[in-house]
Amino acid sequence: MDIRETTAVDEVAALRVRDLSVTFTGGGREVRAVRGIDLDVAKGEFVALLGESGSGKSVTARAIMGLTDEFTRVDAAELRVSGVDIQALGENERRMMRGERMSLVLQDALSALNPVMTIGNQIGELFRVHRGSTRKQARASAVELLGLVGIPAPAKRVDDYPHQFSGGMRQRILIAMAIALEPEMLIADEPTTALDVTVQAQILDLLGSLRDQLGMGILLITHDLGVVMEVADRLAVMYAGRIVERGDADTVLDHPAHPYTEALLRSVPEAGIRGRDLMTIPGSPPSPAQTPPGCSFNPRCHMAIDICRTVRPPLVDVADGRASACHRSEELLHALVS
Amino acid sequence: MPSSVEPVLDPLFSTPITERKLVLEARDLRRTFTSGSRLNPTRVSAVDGVSLQLHAGETLGIVGESGCGKSTLARMLVGLERPDGGSLTYHGTDVTRARRSDRRLLRTGVQMIFQDPYTSLDPRMSVGDIIAEPMAATRSASPAARRERVAELLGLVGLAPDMMSRYPHQFSGGQRQRIGIARALALDPDVLVCDEAVSALDVSVQAQVINLLGELQRRLGVAIMFIAHDLSVVRHIADNVAVMYLGRIAEQGGTETVYGSPAHPYTQALLSATPSHSRADRGKLARRRILSGEPPSPVNPPTGCRFNPRCWLATDECRTTQPPLREIAVASPTVAADLGLRPVGESRVVACHHAEKALQEAALVG
Ligand SMILES: Nc1ncnc2c1ncn2[C@@H]1O[C@H](COP(=O)(O)OP(=O)(O)OP(=O)(O)O)[C@@H](O)[C@H]1O
Ligand SMILES: Nc1ncnc2c1ncn2[C@@H]1O[C@H](COP(=O)(O)OP(=O)(O)OP(=O)(O)O)[C@@H](O)[C@H]1O
Ligand code: SF4
Ligand code: SF4
Ligand SMILES: [Mg+2]
Ligand SMILES: [Mg+2]
Repeated sequence: MDIRETTAVDEVAALRVRDLSVTFTGGGREVRAVRGIDLDVAKGEFVALLGESGSGKSVTARAIMGLTDEFTRVDAAELRVSGVDIQALGENERRMMRGERMSLVLQDALSALNPVMTIGNQIGELFRVHRGSTRKQARASAVELLGLVGIPAPAKRVDDYPHQFSGGMRQRILIAMAIALEPEMLIADEPTTALDVTVQAQILDLLGSLRDQLGMGILLITHDLGVVMEVADRLAVMYAGRIVERGDADTVLDHPAHPYTEALLRSVPEAGIRGRDLMTIPGSPPSPAQTPPGCSFNPRCHMAIDICRTVRPPLVDVADGRASACHRSEELLHALVS
Repeated sequence: MPSSVEPVLDPLFSTPITERKLVLEARDLRRTFTSGSRLNPTRVSAVDGVSLQLHAGETLGIVGESGCGKSTLARMLVGLERPDGGSLTYHGTDVTRARRSDRRLLRTGVQMIFQDPYTSLDPRMSVGDIIAEPMAATRSASPAARRERVAELLGLVGLAPDMMSRYPHQFSGGQRQRIGIARALALDPDVLVCDEAVSALDVSVQAQVINLLGELQRRLGVAIMFIAHDLSVVRHIADNVAVMYLGRIAEQGGTETVYGSPAHPYTQALLSATPSHSRADRGKLARRRILSGEPPSPVNPPTGCRFNPRCWLATDECRTTQPPLREIAVASPTVAADLGLRPVGESRVVACHHAEKALQEAALVG
């Protein structure tokens, strides 16, 4: 089957996910790390996926890409990239799809690179396999891409091995590889964590222009609220394997409708309070093996009431184009508005 | 600054940092790598003449662009990378070309939290064994006591003690970073080198770890070197800060002085790039001063001041003569006030031929 054929209609979403769950089955008991999430990324849209460490963001990304091992079970009602039903694809077709039409910038930069192959060959291989480029063309493309992501003196560094680059450079090399073939859907998992602000701005600009010029859909996984504020059109917030809030970025950041999002916004370090302890969310995130009954956030929530400990709040629309999973969203919204 | 008037009871913290015990001192450290193909080798000057001192209970922040040599410097400080030149002294003992016994000294007293939480954890070891490893290597504590300590450490970094028997690949990025932190804290080190130690953590967990480091420092007087690209985090926790540019220190001094009135053109550019956490300033990241010129390259770095190809104040002198780190010459207190300098506690050095001019221009613009 030609994977391009299915995209007949123009306005198919870059990504459409319905009721996705991921369960780890290794080690005796089952661990549900992702629990029935829905995600949409339109063409040319920049969506941020936020959430506490361990909330399931990377697991979600890998499941969408089909990068899972035998101890991982992925269930979904629907999983489509640019209209292509990913679940219906065989392993080979899926591999061709990756890189060509969808790609993932993995969170762990070093382990995602081949340590015994030069950077030039690793990037060049993409062009040779998918585009049939000659060795020379592939190398030239690799140099060009390295320059694009801000690697200094790219022509001189193209024959270096991964360990010879700094942490931030390796992260950028992964970004270069992910955008090399101009995919329709890009998932970037913490692509700028190791980058200083100047380089970060350069990378975000680069992604922004790819979005504008190619209509690439981008799902950006990050914990950096500065980045989210800078680029996101819409955002989704994950907590303990579920999406607890979602909506237009401006609206959600101005008036969060979920206590977790609100707490997240309050823990940003600011200048002027040097040396003082920073605001934290009390307690620690629940392990996916033992999430509390009712609302998963209830043991740490300053607004929790009795019903929160027994009944799980579903993700429901609280206003136009935005949804929240909290029994007290309405109150929270009104308290903030007034 | 309100914190200076608060009563400080701990005797360690009532002494100015420079009068406290000197724990680690680096003098003129250098490291050059050879890379590229064998026929056409390239020399990468990663660290070029860095000197710094770490005192008990001090937090020194290191900031600078990606690739400027921060991790290389850190690895030399903990004895993982051998300097090509310069010297390293730990508690008065020269450990530069450390023999076995000295290296053991470094290994127990100096710990590092690595930038890459994935590759720094052995995939075949359980998390409990990974965290207990420094204790096992130095044969401190019985196996039972070690287990207890591991559980305690996991709790401190916000992980459940029952995660001890799991393996690194079963953890998320931020969880792995915290495993690395727990391991570094296992032996109560007196120097802790944190290389982007909180960058993979969301703000809440990040705050928790930063608070933990602060508490540890108050309790044990640990000296911390904190490398981070997040300028607001560094401002929050560092007493002193060193700004690196292409392998050299451009400016170093008290955190409030450097952030409040940066005197090196590069520091000024770096600080102007700080993103704001307010949605209203959206797009500012793209609009602010983006340094012109090629990205800096440690392959064939420029002669003279390494910042000169991108500097708006560069003169001929800058292209030929390397500016030494020096104090700023300020003629009188009135001039100092004009320049926006704080009169007391002013301690800062700058490697720029025209630092006074840079400071004056910044004062005019700001
Ligand atoms: N292979 C695995 N086996 C068992 N549990 C796993 C496995 N991989 C991940 N987990 C667990 O699933 C949860 C979600 O992990 P995930 O990597 O998606 O977190 P994350 O949201 O990306 O966090 P971070 O911001 O720290 O990267 C975590 O609690 C993690 O411990
Ligand atoms: N083993 C090596 N061989 C060759 N070059 C190296 C090696 N290690 C580091 N370098 C080079 O030295 C320079 C400094 O690297 P370093 O890792 O110290 O940077 P950094 O300041 O930590 O950057 P980042 O913020 O991206 O982590 C880079 O140009 C890097 O490519
Ligand atoms: S449902 Fe209850 S516990 Fe959960 S976030 Fe809302 S108020 Fe807090
Ligand atoms: S020494 Fe010259 S080039 Fe270097 S920062 Fe100062 S003014 Fe700029
Ligand atoms: Mg992750
Ligand atoms: Mg580094």
